[in-house]
Amino acid sequence: MSGSVFRNAMTLQFPSRSENESFARVTVAAFVSQLDPTLDELTDIKTVVSEAVTNAIIHGYEGRQDGIITIRAEIDGETVRIEVEDAGKGIEDIEQARQPLYTSRPELERSGMGFTIIENFMDETEIISAPGKGTLIRMAKRIESRQEALFN
Amino acid sequence: MRFQIELEQHRKALIVRLKGELDHHTAEMLKARMEDAIGRDGTLNVVLSLKELSFMDSSGLGVILGRYRQIAAKGGKMVVCDVAPHLVRLFEMSGLFKIIAMAPSEQAALAGLEVAL
Repeated sequence: MSGSVFRNAMTLQFPSRSENESFARVTVAAFVSQLDPTLDELTDIKTVVSEAVTNAIIHGYEGRQDGIITIRAEIDGETVRIEVEDAGKGIEDIEQARQPLYTSRPELERSGMGFTIIENFMDETEIISAPGKGTLIRMAKRIESRQEALFN
Repeated sequence: MRFQIELEQHRKALIVRLKGELDHHTAEMLKARMEDAIGRDGTLNVVLSLKELSFMDSSGLGVILGRYRQIAAKGGKMVVCDVAPHLVRLFEMSGLFKIIAMAPSEQAALAGLEVAL
């Protein structure tokens, strides 16, 4: 296989309304489709975007609908990098937030599985957050499926 | 795809069929519909069919866990059926299968509940 590495990028910005959870995951999945992923890989991507956006709405903006959520996605060769950022209240204890079944809002019937799912479905996950400063979730996944087809 | 909920009473079992995408946005509606139906006197067990559910995230796990607690408090059981492989992963990750039974089909789920009675 020769030639240049395939690169592409997108940015998406929308208010923190729960209707946008579906819009966000479908849009990112459509962008990632350029790498010809398997259905399973695409479902993983949809799920992690849904988790990250839901976190921003429920925890970052605490249900407010006027917060801004930014998604940046980048294709670099066969790797997809996705960032989901909010300017909400931030996470006080990131280690605690990462624990399976931990939820800061038990009254909302949350499963506490959001970060666990993200970490399981992606190859790399990074959470950057501070109280009052918002949250940035950075994720990466290699799409291995039919990469060769892109160049042939 | 739009999220849809179909409810059917089969003897003492409430059958709940989900279609489309279950996320935080649609979980609220599911919670309200199921909470009400499980609260009725005639409902002892719940069969949750995911056959036509095309997407679910952790918000779905949360609302299912909540309804399990509700039916368990009444002394009943919950069986989930027709779970697609990618959803099986979510259930396994959350440990939900330790408390909620899985069946291959609605028939099998109902049969299992009859035997248990």
